[in-house]
Amino acid sequence: MEYTILILLLPFVSFLVLGLAGMKMRPVVAGAVGTAVLAVVALLSWWTAFEYFSAGRDAAGVFPTVIPWNTVWLPIGGALHIDLGVLLDPISVMMLVVISTVSLMVHIYSLGYMKGERGFQRYYAFLALFTMSMMGLVVATNIFQMYLFWELVGVSSYLLIGFYYTKKEAVAASKKAFIVTRFADLGFLIGILIYGYYAGTFSFTPEAHALVAAGTMIPLALGLMFVGGAGKSAMFPLHIWLPDAMEGPTPVSALIHAATMVVAGVYLVARMFPLFIGYAPEVLHWTAYIGAFTALYAAVVACVQSDIKRVLAFSTISQIGFMIVALGVCTSADPHTGGLGYMASMFHLFTHAMFKALLFLGAGCIIHAVHSNEMSAMGGLRRYMPLTHATFLVACLAIAGIWPLSGFFSKDEILTACFAFSPVMGWTMTAIAGLTAFYMFRLYYGIFWGTENRELHAAHTPHEAPLTMTLPLVFLAAVTCVAGFIPFGEFVSADGAAYAIHIDTGVAAVSLCVAAAAIALATWMYARDRQPVADKLAATFSGLHRAAYRRFYIDEVYQFISHRVIFACISTPIAWFDRHVVDGFMNLLARGANGAAWLIRDMQSGSVQRYCIWFLGGALGLTVLILLIC
Amino acid sequence: MDYTSIFTLMRAETVLAAILVLVFLYDLIAGERGRRWFSAVTCGLLVVQAVVCLLPGGEGEAFGGMFQYHPMHGIVKAVLAMGALIVCLQANTWLRREDTRHKQGEFYILTLSTLLGMYFMIGAGNFLLFFIGLELASVPMACLVAFDKYKRHSAEAGAKYILCALFSSGLMLYGISFLYGTTGTLYFGDMAARLDGSPLQVMALVFFFSGLGFKISLVPFHLWTADAYQGAPTAVTSYLSVVSKGAAAFVLLTVLVKVFAPMVREWQTLLWIVTVLSITVANLFAIRQKDLKRFMAFSSISQAGYIMLAVIGGNALGMTSLVFYVLVYMAANLAVFGVLSVVEQHSGGKVGLEDYNGFYKTNPRLAVGMTLALFSLAGIPPFAGFFSKFFVFAAAFKGGFHVLVFIALINTVISLYYYLLIVKAMYITPSDTPIGTFRTDRYTRISLAICLAGVLLLGVVSAVYDGIDLFAFGL
Repeated sequence: MEYTILILLLPFVSFLVLGLAGMKMRPVVAGAVGTAVLAVVALLSWWTAFEYFSAGRDAAGVFPTVIPWNTVWLPIGGALHIDLGVLLDPISVMMLVVISTVSLMVHIYSLGYMKGERGFQRYYAFLALFTMSMMGLVVATNIFQMYLFWELVGVSSYLLIGFYYTKKEAVAASKKAFIVTRFADLGFLIGILIYGYYAGTFSFTPEAHALVAAGTMIPLALGLMFVGGAGKSAMFPLHIWLPDAMEGPTPVSALIHAATMVVAGVYLVARMFPLFIGYAPEVLHWTAYIGAFTALYAAVVACVQSDIKRVLAFSTISQIGFMIVALGVCTSADPHTGGLGYMASMFHLFTHAMFKALLFLGAGCIIHAVHSNEMSAMGGLRRYMPLTHATFLVACLAIAGIWPLSGFFSKDEILTACFAFSPVMGWTMTAIAGLTAFYMFRLYYGIFWGTENRELHAAHTPHEAPLTMTLPLVFLAAVTCVAGFIPFGEFVSADGAAYAIHIDTGVAAVSLCVAAAAIALATWMYARDRQPVADKLAATFSGLHRAAYRRFYIDEVYQFISHRVIFACISTPIAWFDRHVVDGFMNLLARGANGAAWLIRDMQSGSVQRYCIWFLGGALGLTVLILLIC
Repeated sequence: MDYTSIFTLMRAETVLAAILVLVFLYDLIAGERGRRWFSAVTCGLLVVQAVVCLLPGGEGEAFGGMFQYHPMHGIVKAVLAMGALIVCLQANTWLRREDTRHKQGEFYILTLSTLLGMYFMIGAGNFLLFFIGLELASVPMACLVAFDKYKRHSAEAGAKYILCALFSSGLMLYGISFLYGTTGTLYFGDMAARLDGSPLQVMALVFFFSGLGFKISLVPFHLWTADAYQGAPTAVTSYLSVVSKGAAAFVLLTVLVKVFAPMVREWQTLLWIVTVLSITVANLFAIRQKDLKRFMAFSSISQAGYIMLAVIGGNALGMTSLVFYVLVYMAANLAVFGVLSVVEQHSGGKVGLEDYNGFYKTNPRLAVGMTLALFSLAGIPPFAGFFSKFFVFAAAFKGGFHVLVFIALINTVISLYYYLLIVKAMYITPSDTPIGTFRTDRYTRISLAICLAGVLLLGVVSAVYDGIDLFAFGL
């Protein structure tokens, strides 16, 4: 399967071509080139998945890990070396399919959405770079390669968030995203170095005795790696960059900040799962608590936001919390006894990528139609945009966990895993699932039903998006409808053996009831032309409402810590030290160097006789010196 | 006597000698029209030469140990041929001028002769052959320096060069005579076993070293450098600064390792002092230069000091890092000289630092190329210069010279300052009379493309370093 390297190379070539020669192409040509390359990449990815899974299981009953490409890139000394290569196993193949599919949809969609934008070619170049980086991340053969591509993903995310670089908010958001994730990545890097030092390798399959000998250092390393993952996957309290990242073009939000990059942290934990289970189960459970808190926090905040992309952003944070929880509640690597969460998490990652991309792309169509992100500019849009409405509804039902859409199946597995871990966790997550259904339908009714902004719609009648934009919607909606019936456990499970998914009827019934009740509540509160109940609630609990709207002031806390504490108490004195002491020393050096240069200038007199004297004198002087020293 | 070794072990020298004859004949036979292709013909032949050098072959010696071959020699010879090739590409604009057109053949023949001398120097297994090689490399070099013989600067530089070269050769020969006197042999292999480190031999070591130190332009044997670099035609300066220097540095390492192994303490001390002097003194001088060719002379002296870091450990890592350093230095330095040369040709001889003010506005591509090359010389990641510096530092550090590495590191910071002076002039300082916009010819463009590809790729593509590493040897 050597051709898999093309999956990385083709988007990279596309990035180079579009990046270097893009400005000389017509936008249409650049878009066509980018999309065509991505179509080939998607075909290759699907073919890889088909070939990999149809090759069947090996004697041990698991899908074998295949490494079609691997080169030692940088030997560090001793046995330690950094490799670059391609690793295929069930989860990386699954991720290849997810990334290439969503990326292809976004490429097609952007042909319509970004039409006429300044820097259209640059946009497609960055998309190609991102796709390449993300693919490189998931097929990494070792943790260090993963880190390299991890940073590349961060860079392309930065470039795309700041795509509208003349807009102040976009620039601020891109900086914020980069700095916060970089800060988290510091933890990741330290974790990697500790891991490399103690395990003696960067590969994912270290020698067991080295890990045992390392004692508490391996849990520490894994914990630090999770810090990096938490930064990328927007876990509390490192989530603050994701809502702001919505300043980027909406298709980018769909690709990067919903479907692929933000689940990199989940993927990282899944990748290191055998080590977590084997050597640091308590760290793994801590990630579950962090994930659960994040899921709850984000769901509450999502209930009161008015910017539709912000709602979706918090919903993403909350759903990633679900995936992290599912991984964190695992107590063994056997799906039958406590290891179900691994499969559930990956399953949810897969289904969520599809329906969340669908939601974002739908939101893109809506924004395209009304030229605003605010719900106040919407309402009653179902009449103008029937196709967008239908697909958006499918996605909302899926995320709310309604049978037979894909979200129902994956969420059901997660809840089953949570109940198996502890009833408290199970009920908490069920409640958050209910909240999810509530805020998603608040959003849905706010956009398509509710109070219509007739004044605005009369001035500029909203219209359905062009075919390039609706086609991806229909495709993703179709996937969302059928993806739940994929026997996912056949492909991915904690121990690699086939696992037959069975619906736990008790859990399913409870979660369906909760979801239905939440949807009913949302319908009662928000579907009609006026919403007296909602307004009254907001007025009664105005403090709570405002706090939730301001995201519980987490950004302000960061602002306080960074400006008042770090900048004022640490940075200012350091700046003074740098200005006066370090620069002073350097100036002294420079003055000294200048003075010395002036003193020895006579040496270079231009007279050959003098040169020869220096030459001979130097040689004799060196001889004497050596005889004296040695 | 088995003469097949002429075509196996000595194939690089044989082919080069044949090329020399071919170029000579071409110069005689070709008419005015044929001479237009002179540059292309020579460059094509040099490509062949580089390929021949790289052909795989086993280690061995010929003529009773007079001549030696090692796969590493093949790599170094190929690198030198590449350097000569790039210099020939860059010399084309200058050679096409009215006053030099009729003697372009001479330039190529002289260049190839020095190259042949360097090859013999590298392959020598005996001090006699070594010395002949050295002289074969030096004498035509003096002709090259004085190539613009009707120009005062060039003639003066040629005279200074040949006088200094004679002096250093004399001193070196004197040192070799001591060695012969105390050991009774001139063969490298035999001599190593008979050295005992007596004061006379120490003196011989220093005298021998001074001869190569002259070629590499190490302090205090460097004084000719600035004058010769400034006065010589720019193409010759670039050849002097890269190819001549690289060959001598490699030979120094092999001779120190092969012959002077018993005196390792002595020569490590010697190198320690000379390295510190070279890097520091050259940096101090470079800061104050206003003429870019003179500036590059001091830059090349300090770079020579860094190369000595690779020599001082005497280990295999040092040899790999030395060859790699020379390769990377060649790419970056020739890119700088390529720009200097082409600017000089198109602006009526402007080489001052101030002339480059506002250069980016008028010739952005050349300015960017020059910037990348300067960054590489200064050792800024991710350019190749960073990696090559890293490896020589690593080699010296592994040899236990921690203080030396520290001093070298401080000097890199100083060197960054003066390399950035040029960048600042090109990008920031405005000018009322900038160098006008011009188009470079195809040869220059190709040479700059090769150099910049080297600057950008050599560090990242680890295969190059690993490939060199396969053949390295040390103490």
